[in-house]
Amino acid sequence: MTTTVGQRPAGAKPATIPARRRRSAWTVLRENVVWVVAALALVYLLLPNLVVVLFSFNKPNGRFNYTWQRFSLDAWLHPCAAPGMCESLSLSLKIGVVATVVATLLGTMIAFALARYRFHGRAGSNLLIFLPMATPEVVMGSSLLTLFVSMGIPLGRVTILIAHIMFCLSYVVVTVKARIAGLDPRLEQAAADLYANEWQTFRRITLPLVAPGIAAGALLAFSLSFDDYIVTNFNASNASITFPMYVWGAAARGTPVQINVIGTAMFVLAVLAVALGQLAGRRRSRAH
Amino acid sequence: MRPRRGQDSSNTGPTGVASASGDLVLSSLTKRFGPFTAVDGLDLTIAQGSFFALLGPSGCGKTTTLRMIAGLEQPTVGEIRIGEHEITYDKPYRRPVNTVFQSYALFPHLSVRENVAFGLKRRRSDSVASQVAEVLELTELQGLADRKPAQLSGGQQQRVALARAIVNKPAVLLLDEPLGALDLKLRRQMQVELKRIQTEVGLTFVHVTHDQEEAMTMADTIAVMNAGRIEQLGAPAELYELPATTFAANFLGQSNLIRATVAQRQPDAATVALPDGGLVAVPSGRLPAGIAEVWVGVRPEKISVHEAADRADPAGHTAGRNRIPAAVVTDASFMGVSTQYLVRTPWQQELMVFEQNRGGATIFRPGDRVSLSFATEHTFALDAGQDAEAGIELDEALG
Repeated sequence: MTTTVGQRPAGAKPATIPARRRRSAWTVLRENVVWVVAALALVYLLLPNLVVVLFSFNKPNGRFNYTWQRFSLDAWLHPCAAPGMCESLSLSLKIGVVATVVATLLGTMIAFALARYRFHGRAGSNLLIFLPMATPEVVMGSSLLTLFVSMGIPLGRVTILIAHIMFCLSYVVVTVKARIAGLDPRLEQAAADLYANEWQTFRRITLPLVAPGIAAGALLAFSLSFDDYIVTNFNASNASITFPMYVWGAAARGTPVQINVIGTAMFVLAVLAVALGQLAGRRRSRAH
Repeated sequence: MRPRRGQDSSNTGPTGVASASGDLVLSSLTKRFGPFTAVDGLDLTIAQGSFFALLGPSGCGKTTTLRMIAGLEQPTVGEIRIGEHEITYDKPYRRPVNTVFQSYALFPHLSVRENVAFGLKRRRSDSVASQVAEVLELTELQGLADRKPAQLSGGQQQRVALARAIVNKPAVLLLDEPLGALDLKLRRQMQVELKRIQTEVGLTFVHVTHDQEEAMTMADTIAVMNAGRIEQLGAPAELYELPATTFAANFLGQSNLIRATVAQRQPDAATVALPDGGLVAVPSGRLPAGIAEVWVGVRPEKISVHEAADRADPAGHTAGRNRIPAAVVTDASFMGVSTQYLVRTPWQQELMVFEQNRGGATIFRPGDRVSLSFATEHTFALDAGQDAEAGIELDEALG
């Protein structure tokens, strides 16, 4: 190769014409393509949510809330007017909270054991922890149903809870374990060097540093539990209708506007939580 | 077994006093990791209030020794005492010992103030706030007390790590390569700073480093470690002027080692024959007893370069100076404060010479014929059973 790069014979004209003053539409598009794509992606993501919000203010004719009729605050003022909905919502919240607490406690302890210690059966435990995440929910739900029926355990809240704790556990373990793996073991050695015994080291150093992972695991567990339909449906009775089951059932009979109210409230709560988190983080880093 | 000489590693400390009230005493301290012996029967007394450096290449066992003193590692054999208290198997949090970790290991979720107060609070000390304030002032961190470690520069983090340890006034403060992560200029500054703080607080500092300059600048006593053992122990100047092993000679600074045969042993002076047959003098006390083959050593800056005499005599000695008359300059680099020469001897060995640029002296060029001379008192002799290259590549690899 003898090609010279960046050198022109003396006196030759530059290969490209100098940049023109007027920027063509193509240039404008090219320079802003990232923003355009980002905006389109946001619209794609948020449009369904906006429809949910919009239709929570609808006053439908008949049982189905599928076409816009006129603005109304009825559903927001009477959120429990739809028969059975608030009961199912409260059941979902209760199951969600209990499943989250139990899964987070167990999951954190399992994560510490798996991340910190070498013991007999560790590899097997790691594999089993991953299994619920890899198994299709339909399979998991039906297998659990078989198990409960064959053991003679009556279906209901308890069976739903057992199922939820099981699959939430995997997500908590994976999340917390990642956080522990990123923790510098020398910090704990430093704490021990500075007169902190085992419990004080855990309480003052380890736990605060792993806490974001535990919190993330707990949030994940709650949203998974609250939202689960397939596994729940297999293991529920007629007396234990969770919110997702209620919505699914309602879709066949008619969709009360209150469903959109709950959906909107959940969405706003989630956005608020994220915004607050971001704000707190920014204030902390700007503090000095 | 590596031949050793010139040091007695029994329970006599750098000051020569047997263990006093707060001395740190290591007895036959050994640590094995499977078949690998990291620390091999270490016997050492570190006097209370001294600045002690454990110097050696990575993997020589110095950090393992430190971790055993801190309680983060359990010795396989041996004993650790501070004064009359045995602490060999005590938990780390039960020892009056604090560590400045190599990576600092500052608690990222706590502020500078909380990091420094951590040890005092665990021991339910009184007047935590005032003690913390005092140490922050000593380490010049007052203005940064409310910051988090991530908001500090490397040098500031280093000072927090130091403050966090010395605030507890431990009987022994351990420093594990404390300046390793800093750039050269900051490192020099912190060396002075560390020495000042040590003098001010009067604690025993045990400093682990692979940087010989750092050890010589700060420490009262240096132990040169190699392969789990102490090669030599002494004051920096003593180690530098009179290395006891080839490892010490090469690891601390640079040395020229010339193979020689003992010619004559007299109580007042001894002579050895260089490869060209010429005799040079060595103070007889420095000649290892009972051996015939030695390495004759001289530091590069102790050698003077002169214009060559007309006759190509063999090496010799007169009036307290050893001479190598017939040599040729093979390389000369002007370094500003000094000129570094490589000079080939008649027996085809290249010696290193650093000549101070005092002005007026001739600067020789490659190819010039020269003669070399160095004072008898700057000449040392080591057992030739040792590897003349020991400690060289290690030092270079570590920079």
